[in-house]
Amino acid sequence: MQQSKVFITGMGIVSAIGMDVETTLDSLVSSRSGLGKIRLLDTRLKEKLIAGEIPYTDEELLQMAGIDKVPGISRATLLGMIATKQAVRNSDFENDEKLQTGLISGTTAESMTSIEKYLPDFLSNDSRNEYIESQDWGFSTEIIAKSLGINGFMTTINTACSSASNAIMLGARMIRQGRLDRAIVGGTDALSKVMLNGFNSLMIVDPEPCKPFDDNRHGLNIGEGAAFFVLESEQVADRGKMIAEITGYGNANDAHHLTALSPDGKGAFLAMKNALESCNLNPGDISYLNVHGTGTLNNDLSEAIAIEKLFGKTPPVFSSTKPFTGHTLGSSGAIEAVISILALQHDLVFPNLNFSTPMHEVQVRPETSLVKNVEILHVMSNSLGFGGNNTSLIFSKVES
Amino acid sequence: MIYINGTASISPQPTFEKKGFLKEIVEYTTNRFQCIEPDYEKFLSPNELRRLSRVLKLGWGAAKSCLDDAFVSTPGAIITGTGCGCYHETQKFIFSMYENDETLLSPTPFIQSSHGSIAAQIAMMTGCSDYNMTYAHRGFSFESALMDALMLMGEKHLKSVLVGGVDEIGERQFITFNRIGYWKTKAINNLKLLESDSAGTIAGEGSSFFLLQDFSGPETYARIRAVHVFSNLSGTVDVENEIRKFVKRQEITVNDIDWVFLGLNGDKQFDPLYYHLMSTVFKNNGLACYKHLCGEYHTSTAFALWLAAKILKEQTFPSILKLNNPENKTVGNILIYNHYRNINHSLILVSAR
Repeated sequence: MQQSKVFITGMGIVSAIGMDVETTLDSLVSSRSGLGKIRLLDTRLKEKLIAGEIPYTDEELLQMAGIDKVPGISRATLLGMIATKQAVRNSDFENDEKLQTGLISGTTAESMTSIEKYLPDFLSNDSRNEYIESQDWGFSTEIIAKSLGINGFMTTINTACSSASNAIMLGARMIRQGRLDRAIVGGTDALSKVMLNGFNSLMIVDPEPCKPFDDNRHGLNIGEGAAFFVLESEQVADRGKMIAEITGYGNANDAHHLTALSPDGKGAFLAMKNALESCNLNPGDISYLNVHGTGTLNNDLSEAIAIEKLFGKTPPVFSSTKPFTGHTLGSSGAIEAVISILALQHDLVFPNLNFSTPMHEVQVRPETSLVKNVEILHVMSNSLGFGGNNTSLIFSKVES
Repeated sequence: MIYINGTASISPQPTFEKKGFLKEIVEYTTNRFQCIEPDYEKFLSPNELRRLSRVLKLGWGAAKSCLDDAFVSTPGAIITGTGCGCYHETQKFIFSMYENDETLLSPTPFIQSSHGSIAAQIAMMTGCSDYNMTYAHRGFSFESALMDALMLMGEKHLKSVLVGGVDEIGERQFITFNRIGYWKTKAINNLKLLESDSAGTIAGEGSSFFLLQDFSGPETYARIRAVHVFSNLSGTVDVENEIRKFVKRQEITVNDIDWVFLGLNGDKQFDPLYYHLMSTVFKNNGLACYKHLCGEYHTSTAFALWLAAKILKEQTFPSILKLNNPENKTVGNILIYNHYRNINHSLILVSAR
């Protein structure tokens, strides 16, 4: 069977650097970071840590989503709803009941902001708390599906920080195999006390803005956000609306530790290599690499070693954009996929902020300034998650 | 064609030790069934025994036994489905956050709190660096994993894929979902589940794994033909029609299906849909149920698939599962149809080798 190509025809994004694609691009071009004081989340850690918090309350997000309150809806679901609506509006596809449309969401914390607030209430009193049902991870995806009128295939992926990348990959594979004609794919996660405290208990949070790939890096900053795409098969996609093509994807497991990457970068190396092989590209074909680059000692060294192993002494221009958005965990793969596609669309490379001293163990160093007027044909985006779950995606310019 | 060449299940029944297929049945008079867990010392070092959470042990125990059953040490890929995964650990972490006012927290429950840790743990223990995936979507969790496994076998020409469904019912989970009427309010005998005529069901759990390969042999259990899911978020989907369309796509007729496993769970809010199908589309089929043995949980269809695989290999259909007893029924094709609260509907078709 001839396999279909997979095109992106719409995208939407909300994060600390902007509530739509245009603002996100403007922030990236102007080196405007979204990291700062935690103002909304009620946590003791706000005196100590910074984050990439979206500066709107849940009530304000509800208004932006243009919906009435739905029982059990959490902050991450609201973010997901806003991003999916943008993507669908951007794609402006025609609804055809004969087409198979699916929804695939990646999330690691899902309704955590509600659960961490109400869990003692769930247990101690008999009031039928509306958030009880949101304790299972698909609940949130189904609220988004309902808001989009999707009633066919849907699923939720939780592979920690690579969740959204894996959701994008599954959507692309299902279209390629003819199981879906159109897929709405991406991910969402909201800033929660559980994630702040969890990463803090592992002692991998930098109280200052993170410094990916810097020798003096001290950890990551947590962010929040959602990004979604409309993927369509080449039979369905309107040529004029094609933003980019998803050409490659690869997933591999480090098989090393539940929360740490292997010192030899095995999983990241295999994910990138598998992605290249899936579309018959060579390492030299990649024009820009959006690295996972969390700013932790472990992640950046493991990823740098993997990059050197795969690309040798002349790796493509690369940067981590987490100093802009913070690490948005389960949604980071989708957030960075939008950023990768913006690089592709506008022939730009966005800077790796806060970098000054190269890592002593490796030769590679990230791009620190905005690079304009370079031809970007293929972008690779890495997501490396807990449980050693590593995914690389490749986005390419649409051939004219 | 894709075959199940190994399988294992840890469930509330003595399914793990190979002492005959459903020879012994445990009767429950509680509404929360828990797994009869194996002696993990065979599978884990003392350090791992101490450190691993219960759900990680459930996952690894069944996965390892499944691999051994197929004489495979490292699978080509690992895919799991889990509705609530490691949520028990998340709850632990939340309570320690409250108790310690967000200071000096032990990271252990947080480390084991991601749904993906089950598949990650199996990858570590088997040294599998290839594809690793975890689906967490209510009644589609195991089905998504199985669909992915079938797609992957075709795409990558892997030698084998390990796929499983794992869920545990922790005490807090049981209590909170009891608040919203998921479980029956009076204790019942599980073997009389379908006679209960009341709202709510009984909570269960389990861990069932399958080793898929693209060849068959004398030890093969069954051939997996198709898996399909559809949603009914709008409440207006014609379920009977969806099932007929699925069967037609497999190029068979409903009468070619010998036995249908139905996800009946004794909840009078949701069972009428099954009874309707039993009197219409499935009126000529052999009919069976399984949740009286394992309880209701997001990945219960993995247990149903384990039953179907064993039945197809052993060519016997235990009467404890049967809802009717049509004459001259062979054991050739088995369809598993389940719906989770009339939202997530799934179909899995398996055949004898």
